[in-house]
Amino acid sequence: MAEVLVYVDHVDGAVRKPTLELLTLARRIGEPVAVALGNGAADTAATLAEHGAVKVLTHDASEYGEYLVVPKVDALQAAYEAVSPAAVLVPSSAEGKEIAARLALRIGSGIITDAVDLEAGDEGPVATQSVFAASFTTKSRVIKGTPVITVKPNSAAVEAAPAAGSVEALSVSFSDKATGTKVTARTPRESTGRPELTEAAIVVSGGRGVNGAENFSIIEALADSLGAAVGASRAAVDAGWYPHTNQVGQTGKSVSPQLYIANGISGAIQHRAGMQTSKTIVAVNKDAEAPIFELVDYGVVGDLFDVVPQLTEEIKARKG
Amino acid sequence: MSLRIVVTVKYVPDATGDRHFADDLTVDRDDVDGLLSELDEYAVEQALQIAENADDAEVTVLTIGPEDAKDALRKALSMGADKAIHVEDDDLHGTDAIGTSLVLAKAIEKAGFDLVVSGMASTDGTMGVVPALVAERLGVPQVTLLSEVSVEDGTVKGRRDGDAASEQLQASLPAVISVTDQSGEARYPSFKGIMAAKKKPVESWDLSDLDIEAEEVGLDGAFTKVEAANERPARTAGTIVKDEGEGGKQLAEFLASQKFI
Ligand SMILES: Cc1cc2nc3c(=O)[nH]c(=O)nc-3n(C[C@H](O)[C@H](O)[C@H](O)COP(=O)(O)OP(=O)(O)OC[C@H]3O[C@@H](n4cnc5c(N)ncnc54)[C@H](O)[C@@H]3O)c2cc1C
Ligand SMILES: Nc1ncnc2c1ncn2[C@@H]1O[C@H](COP(=O)(O)O)[C@@H](O)[C@H]1O
Repeated sequence: MAEVLVYVDHVDGAVRKPTLELLTLARRIGEPVAVALGNGAADTAATLAEHGAVKVLTHDASEYGEYLVVPKVDALQAAYEAVSPAAVLVPSSAEGKEIAARLALRIGSGIITDAVDLEAGDEGPVATQSVFAASFTTKSRVIKGTPVITVKPNSAAVEAAPAAGSVEALSVSFSDKATGTKVTARTPRESTGRPELTEAAIVVSGGRGVNGAENFSIIEALADSLGAAVGASRAAVDAGWYPHTNQVGQTGKSVSPQLYIANGISGAIQHRAGMQTSKTIVAVNKDAEAPIFELVDYGVVGDLFDVVPQLTEEIKARKG
Repeated sequence: MSLRIVVTVKYVPDATGDRHFADDLTVDRDDVDGLLSELDEYAVEQALQIAENADDAEVTVLTIGPEDAKDALRKALSMGADKAIHVEDDDLHGTDAIGTSLVLAKAIEKAGFDLVVSGMASTDGTMGVVPALVAERLGVPQVTLLSEVSVEDGTVKGRRDGDAASEQLQASLPAVISVTDQSGEARYPSFKGIMAAKKKPVESWDLSDLDIEAEEVGLDGAFTKVEAANERPARTAGTIVKDEGEGGKQLAEFLASQKFI
């Protein structure tokens, strides 16, 4: 059976959920061979094996942390040459897309970014994408070279599928371009204890209607009652009420949770671009004409300062 | 020596318009008004600021696109860029990211450059890969997705806010950078700027000027193929209630009925 290369996104050996989703999709096309780089690379093997990796290629070097993107491209290319896979799958983070694109160029292949689904096809994998602010769904294929495809978080269910997951050291020699862009300092993001925005099953967002940084505690309380991640519109972020890392939309994160709750958000096209594919959408907005109501499964026309705390209390009461 | 800055800007269909696909499954550019991609305004802004802080600099804006893409160049010129290059050729219709990066890289080399400034993503394709591809092709450092940037003594420095960490980056020129919408509000063209832009030079190049064969680009040269494009079915109309004091409880009831609680 053909092998499919899967680039592993991990933090010091802890595999992030989108990679496990990629393994599910990779198994539709062939046998997943995972590539894990940097600090803790070998520690990823057990989790990857549990989810279907037949092999885990690992390599650690200080270059991965000290220089931007290119060392990882060199390593992925080395893995590509070692395996000759039928396809290469990479998680659709900002960095993942850049790594994938440079690899595609080097190996003479086409690239598809931000796939939301992947199926095997007679002429190679077919990727589903959501475009024009998710108003269209397209099916595309790479028609030259080995398909390189980046896949968005929440595109498939994580499935256990135990496989050998034998660890092999990957041998990598860095190109002279690898050290071009130096990372001179790194400040890890502080953990909020809440789920990762792009990976969360439920996202609770606040917009301009929240009207102040201090009021975001109302949004956070609702999120915590549901075990949800917190999102924000650009208006709320630009006002300085919530960090940019939590922005949902075209220039923020794109989310596709089971449930999205928009509070005090009008539903501008650039916001919709990042949340329109959510399974169930709920909104609280005091303006009955707000475009967000065109998207909702359930909407409450009302003041979020009344509705949201009541909802939070009711959830807590029901959960006991 | 003058700092040569090339800003890559894309002419895109207005995101607030009703965007569609044409019969050949390329982006329909006829039915919706086009404009300079808003995300590339940030690139023009940062390029102008870098130029203003340099002793001597020249800002060239570069676009690949149809005839109307000149509008995007005019807008960038009226913001303050010095000159413009328009790569236009019928054979470019349908070019994908790999092809776009080829044409941009050839044009940037022909123009001469110390620094390339791009936007974080185009508002139509939203791939966010062209700057990395152009860096790969030019063989120069990629310093992308910067929310803050400065250039001094032949070195570019900037801050990249990633998912897991915020990083300070540094590279020597020549380099390719891209900037995010967090890098600072783009200026509005002044009346004077708009008048001055009318007199600024806009060069037109076609594929033969760049030694690119027609087969390398366009739909024929594409590495990817869109096989189907379907409008997403409208979401079925939901239930909308007016809060009369019980809105939160009603919403909780809905969430419970959907098994979220
Ligand atoms: C290139 C570009 C990229 C962009 N990228 C993004 C992006 O990534 N994400 C994004 O979100 N936006 C983005 N935008 C901005 C977008 O166009 C909108 O401006 C933004 O989404 C508006 O945010 P909002 O809905 O919170 O604010 P508004 O549009 O001002 O809406 C606020 C809403 O809150 C309601 N409200 C007010 N008070 C209350 C109350 N007490 N109770 C209940 N409801 C209340 C109002 O009725 C209104 O509907 C982008 C724009 C551009 C040009
Ligand atoms: N046709 C084009 N002409 C000029 N620049 C482009 C073009 N397409 C993409 N770019 C540049 O590449 C950036 C990222 O585009 P993309 O990878 O398509 O999302 C844009 O913000 C532009 O700076």
